[in-house]
Amino acid sequence: MTQDILAEVSHISRYYGGLRAVNDVSFTIRRGEILGFLGPNGAGKTTTMQILSGNLAPTSGSVRIAGHDLLAQPKPAKAALGYLPEQPPVYRDLTVDEYLDYCAALNRIARGKRREARESAKSKCGLTDVARRLIGNLSKGYQQRVGIAQAIIHLPPLVILDEPTIGLDPIQIREIRALIRELGKEHGVILSTHILPEVQAICDRVQIIHKGDLVMADTIDGLARHLKSAALIVSWRNPPAIAELAQVSGVREVSHLDDGRWRILHEPGQDLAEQLVRISVERNWGLREIGPERASLEQIFVELTTREANTSPAEAAA
Amino acid sequence: MILTIGLRELRTLFLSPLAWAVLAVVQVILALLFLGRVEEIQLYRSQLLALENAPGVTELVVPQLFGTAAIILLFVIPLITMRVIAEERRNRTLPLLLSAPVSMTEIVLGKYLGVLLFLFIVVALLALMPLSLLLGGTLDFGLFGSALLGLALTLASFAAVGVFMSTLTQHPAVAAVGGLGVLVLFWILDVSGQGDVRTNMLAYLSMLNHYQPFLRGVFDSGDAIYHALVVATFLGLSIRRLDADRLGG
Repeated sequence: MTQDILAEVSHISRYYGGLRAVNDVSFTIRRGEILGFLGPNGAGKTTTMQILSGNLAPTSGSVRIAGHDLLAQPKPAKAALGYLPEQPPVYRDLTVDEYLDYCAALNRIARGKRREARESAKSKCGLTDVARRLIGNLSKGYQQRVGIAQAIIHLPPLVILDEPTIGLDPIQIREIRALIRELGKEHGVILSTHILPEVQAICDRVQIIHKGDLVMADTIDGLARHLKSAALIVSWRNPPAIAELAQVSGVREVSHLDDGRWRILHEPGQDLAEQLVRISVERNWGLREIGPERASLEQIFVELTTREANTSPAEAAA
Repeated sequence: MILTIGLRELRTLFLSPLAWAVLAVVQVILALLFLGRVEEIQLYRSQLLALENAPGVTELVVPQLFGTAAIILLFVIPLITMRVIAEERRNRTLPLLLSAPVSMTEIVLGKYLGVLLFLFIVVALLALMPLSLLLGGTLDFGLFGSALLGLALTLASFAAVGVFMSTLTQHPAVAAVGGLGVLVLFWILDVSGQGDVRTNMLAYLSMLNHYQPFLRGVFDSGDAIYHALVVATFLGLSIRRLDADRLGG
C-alpha cells in the first residue's frame, strides 16, 4: 500500500514576504484517486500546486513525489509528475505536434518512443484533428487540452491540474471532466478549482483550503453531509403566523426571508418536509414550494472557518 | 537534454522574423564594408606594391571587418538574447521547463547553446566574405583563424551577458536595453585607450582589450580565459537568478 502513495505533503508553509499564502498543509494522495482542491480565489490553491510541481520552493515542510523528495532528488520526483498550471504553458509559435515532441523530449522519453507517446496523448485529449495547426491559432479550449496533453505525455503517476476547466464552454467542460475521470483510473490526480459542482462531479476526495489553512479534508460523501443543512425553504400562498409554525413539532426556529419565503430550521436528522406538507394541506395554507436548503460553498467556508477554533487543521487533515 | 533545449531555442528563433531580419541586416552592412575595403585595396594597389614589407590583403581586410562586426553584433545580440527567459516568463511557459525533470543548469545552458548556435551561423556567414578572396589569391590563415576565434569568444561573452539580463526581467525590451547597456559599458570601460592591461583594472576588464590582440593575430591564452570567465560568471549568475525565482516567489 505504501508504494501506492504518490504524493506525500507534510507541513508545507509558504510566505510571500510577510504574506502567508499556505500554512502547515499536509495531505497524501494515492494511485487511482482524484483529489479535489477547493477554495475561494486567493486561498492558496495555486501556491500549493506550484509547490507540489516544483515550481516554487516551500518556506518550510517537504514534498515527496513517488517516494522522492522534491528538493533533494528533483529529477526523479519531477519525472513522476505532470503539471498543468493555471495558464497552459504552450508555445504559440509551434504546432501541436512540434510542441508535444518537445515536451516528450523534455520529459526524457526515449527517442524511439516519443512518437508513440505523442500520438497516445493526442488521442486521449482529442487533439488528432488539430495536430498540424499552430497552437496560437487554436481556441482556448483546445489550448487547454494541449496543456493537459503536455502534462500526461510521459504517463506520470501523478497529474496536477490547476483549474483545468476555467474558460471552457459547457461541452468542453464535460469532455475535460470525462478525461480527468479517465486519468483518475490509472494515475493519481490533484485538481484545483473554485467550482463546487466540479468537485462533486469528478473527485473522490476533497480538501478545502481557506486563507492558506486546510480547513477540511474529507471524502466526497463527507462534503455532501456538510452541504445538507438542517433547514427547509418553504413558501405559501396564505402564510400562517410565525407562532403557529413554531408549534409544529421538530421546528426549532422560523424566519421570514426577504423574497417572501420562509426558512424553517429543524432538528438535525429529522425529516420535517412530509409533516409540513400534511399540515399545510389540512390548514389550507396553500403550499407552493418546499425543499431542503442547500448550503453554498461560501456558507461552508464560513462554517468551517468559524469552527476553526475547536478543530485544528491538522486534525482535519488526518 | 541541453541539446534538446538548445535546438528548440534555435528553431523558435527562426520562427519569428527577428532572426531572419538580424541575419539579413548584419550581412548587408558587413558585406558593404567588406566590398568597400576590397575596392580601396584595388585602388591603392600600386602604392602598396611600392612599399617595402607591404601588408598582405588579409591584414588589410580582416581586422577592420571583424572589428566592425563585433561592434555591430554588440548592438544586435541583446535583441537575440532578450527573449530567451524573459519571454517564457511573460508567456508563463516557464513552468513547462521547471516541472520537467530538467535542472536549472540544463535550462540555462540549453538556452545559451541555442543563442550560440545562432551566432555560429552569423560568424560562418561572415567568414565566407574573406574566404571569397581565395578565388583570386591566398589568405593568411593564421591571422584569419585568430580573428575568427577572437570574434567567436567575444560573441560568446556577449551572449552570456544577454542571457543573464534576460533572466532578470519579464519584459524582453527591458532585457535588451539592459544587455545593451552592460555590453557597451564593458566595451568602453577603457574609453581613453590609455590604460595598460597589466596595471589598470578597468582596462583589464574592458572587452575591447581582450579582442584587439586576436585581430592582430596574437593568441594570448589569458584573453581566452578572460572570455571563458565572463561566460561562466554570467551563466552562473543566471542559474542563481532562476533558482532565486523559485525560492523568492
